[in-house]
Amino acid sequence: MGLIEPYLPDIWLFIIGFFLLYYAVADGYGLGVGILSLFARDEEERSIMMESIESTWHDNQTWLVLLGGMLFGAFPLFYSLVLSSLYIPILLMLFGLIFRGISFEFRSNSDEKRTWSLSFGFGSLIVTIAQGFALGGLLSGLPVKDGVFAGSVWGWLNPFSVLVTAGVLAGYVMLASNYLILKTHDEIQQRSYRISLLSSIITLVVSVTVHLRIVAMYPHAAGKWTHPPDCYAVWAFVLLAGIAFVLLLVSLKQRREIAPLFCNMGIILFSFVGMSVAMYPYMIPNVIASPLTVHSVAASPDTLWFMLVVVMVLIPLILTYTGYKHRLFRGKTTGIGYESEKGHG
Amino acid sequence: MESLVDHVTLSRLQFALTAHFHILWPVLSIGLSLFLVVMEALWLKTGNIVYYRHCRFWSRLFLVNFTVGVVSGIPMEFQFGTNWAPFSVAGGDFFGHMLGFEAAMAFMLEATFLGIMAFGWNRVSPRVHFFSTCMVALGSSLSAFWIMVANSWMHTPTGGVFIDGRFVITDKLAAIFNPDMPWGVSHMWLACIEISVFVVGGLSAWYILKGRHVDFFLKSFKIAVIAAIVVTPLQILVGDGSGTAVYEHQPAKLAAIEAHWETNPPGEGAPWKIIAWPNKARQDNDWAIEIPYALSLITTKSPTGPVRGLREFPVEDQPPVLLPFYAFRIMMAVGFLLFFLMLWTAWTWYRGGLDADRIMDRKRLLHAWIAAVPLSYIGMETGWITREVGRQPWILYNMLRTTDAATNMPASAVGGSLLTFAVLYPLLFVLFVYFAKRIIAAGPAEAVPPRQRLQGHRHE
Ligand code: HDD
Ligand code: HEM
Ligand code: HEM
Repeated sequence: MGLIEPYLPDIWLFIIGFFLLYYAVADGYGLGVGILSLFARDEEERSIMMESIESTWHDNQTWLVLLGGMLFGAFPLFYSLVLSSLYIPILLMLFGLIFRGISFEFRSNSDEKRTWSLSFGFGSLIVTIAQGFALGGLLSGLPVKDGVFAGSVWGWLNPFSVLVTAGVLAGYVMLASNYLILKTHDEIQQRSYRISLLSSIITLVVSVTVHLRIVAMYPHAAGKWTHPPDCYAVWAFVLLAGIAFVLLLVSLKQRREIAPLFCNMGIILFSFVGMSVAMYPYMIPNVIASPLTVHSVAASPDTLWFMLVVVMVLIPLILTYTGYKHRLFRGKTTGIGYESEKGHG
Repeated sequence: MESLVDHVTLSRLQFALTAHFHILWPVLSIGLSLFLVVMEALWLKTGNIVYYRHCRFWSRLFLVNFTVGVVSGIPMEFQFGTNWAPFSVAGGDFFGHMLGFEAAMAFMLEATFLGIMAFGWNRVSPRVHFFSTCMVALGSSLSAFWIMVANSWMHTPTGGVFIDGRFVITDKLAAIFNPDMPWGVSHMWLACIEISVFVVGGLSAWYILKGRHVDFFLKSFKIAVIAAIVVTPLQILVGDGSGTAVYEHQPAKLAAIEAHWETNPPGEGAPWKIIAWPNKARQDNDWAIEIPYALSLITTKSPTGPVRGLREFPVEDQPPVLLPFYAFRIMMAVGFLLFFLMLWTAWTWYRGGLDADRIMDRKRLLHAWIAAVPLSYIGMETGWITREVGRQPWILYNMLRTTDAATNMPASAVGGSLLTFAVLYPLLFVLFVYFAKRIIAAGPAEAVPPRQRLQGHRHE
């Protein structure tokens, strides 16, 4: 125990990072499908798109709730600082989640399919934009004084966060199109190949720009990119992400069905880890007051231990049953499937 | 309460608004999911198609109800960080990981198996389907458990020390099993069952009254009556236990609930006020109709037991009186009304009045069951007002004041979000009622061939 104790906050950072990553991928494609549904040709296409995530979007979204709860438990100071200083984008996200969340069930009970498809599409769009601004605001640094947020409620709104938001939008669309390649066929699938190519290039350009900006803003991050030994790790992950990106382009060109989604996950995983290494140990990169490190915002060691033990039992369990379910609902979407399964008989 | 528009008041209004709306749905999700488990078990056991139809019919209502419960619940979780940041810092060491447990143990379980329950009727075997229904029910009750542990800890914060404005946990189990927890959890859980029993019973009564699917709904009606026989008296007993726990651990709240201003001198009993008009400025009631000795008797189980009066507490530590006082009385009235309705129904049943050919004549009884539906929700909402307003001015009882616990931010930001919630939540309510009505108007699909088939059983 004594050996591990000093590292508890780091272990928790790792776990939280895993939740965030899982959420970003799983709900990322769900939200992206919502955005893409706004551009669907007709109601039939929208049904197919919505149906492709109908049975799993809710558990994917629940990772956000899990992330919120676990962040609150492990890093209470961080949780309260981030949520209160990003008040407007966070609430915007919550409102968007309401519209998205009701759309599936209400749609299947309603004759006004279009209304609820739009609720799904715009809800997803609002959530994505809000998450983009929240991330952008966080990366721009939160002014903190005496452990309390000391900036403006509009502090998250700046050119840099607009750029980040564009990146998040493009990233979710890219994930969603790779997901739709897997789940659909014909017209929607063919279109998804083209959208995937376009959105992946936009994502690449935006994220390179964002990284350059971060390096310019935070000297310690810049140091991670240039000084050994950290720079080896950072560059290794950048390289891996680059390889995954090239593989994605190749698989799109070859019209593969499964590979694009997995390459995409690889890109996200490697760039996320690389970026985390570059940021560590700061949880809020901060230019104005002293930055907050992982250790200064964590809960007491006792709490972290207790939670760790519980979570170590629960995570494998959760992964098992969600895995079982994803297997159960694998296969192409037809556009009539679940709707009829859910029917009244 | 200095000003009506400061950020603290606005955050409080926002929390109260969202909580009062959110809780309308989970109570039915918790109870109805258990009812679905019972119905599906009966279907698997007997192979009687009626039970299968019941599963399908009630699960449509369940799904709509559950959906609205989820979307209205997510903002609850994040509000602690957005609007109550100082509280989250002060209480996060314990409170935060209760919410984390709730998500990891309960929400994930429900959300995952709900998909199988809704879409899996002919994708998985009947046993796997039944298992999924059980997991949904388990998940919802577990979520009630953890959230009530967190909430009851705010009422009786034990298991640690409060230093430098932060609660540091020294004994996790003592914090989880805080003095209010057994009562908070059981009373709330019973409320979920009780409400669901009257929703199932009340809707069944409506169909019977309309002469639609009478045999079909007589089944669910009778199951509801049987459950009511157990739940309604139990709820009164547990409610009494809750009151005793409040007497022991939150004396100021008890005095406020009872509009009891002056401690009764030794040898004299404290009276119980049926109704009164409390006046905080005068620190007394303007008038009251009382039953002598009754308050001492109820709370201390002795006619002259001492009950501390509100005047013993500094004015700034006194909770509001009017609201908890009347909210409590409404809740109790509901508790007893539902109990009497159960007695009346049981008596009618015993006399053969619930037989298929005679129940249609029991119009008044059936109407009473329909009226019990909103009544049971009113009992729950007023119970929460009693509990939460009675805890004021503390957010963490005797440790942290609500006024010190709100995020310091411009009133315009909170005002904007409050306004949005004030539009969205009632809208959710209206939409819910609209879709629930549609489902109820359509009724069970008795003619459609069943999607799930059991081996070795006859159908129809
Ligand atoms: C259908 C719902 C319902 C019914 C019939 C009752 N209650 Fe209740 N009551 C609740 C639903 C509820 C509740 C909403 O669930 C509360 C609020 C929070 C909680 O834990 O339970 C509550 C709280 C609550 C409290 C406050 C506990 C606290 O502040 O810590 C007391 C003293 C009682 N109840 C007592 C009673 C009595 C004596 C009842 C019967 C005559 C009764 N309740 C019926
Ligand atoms: C869902 C049913 C609930 C209802 C209807 C409800 C109702 C209320 C009300 C009316 C207040 C305002 C009291 C006042 O300011 O005078 C309040 C305060 C509060 N409640 Fe609850 N509550 C519920 C559940 C919970 C739960 C489960 C928790 C914690 C897990 C909780 C935590 C709080 C907090 C943090 C406040 C502080 C804000 C304030 O005092 O205004 N509530 N609640
Ligand atoms: C004020 C404190 C509360 C908070 C922070 C809260 C939080 C939440 C959240 C985040 C959800 C959505 C879960 C999802 O995404 O699946 C939810 C739904 C739900 N809540 Fe609440 N809730 C509160 C009050 C209550 C109370 C008092 C109960 C019951 C006693 C309750 C029981 C449930 C249940 C059964 C659901 C159904 C949906 C689900 O579990 O997924 N909640 N709540």
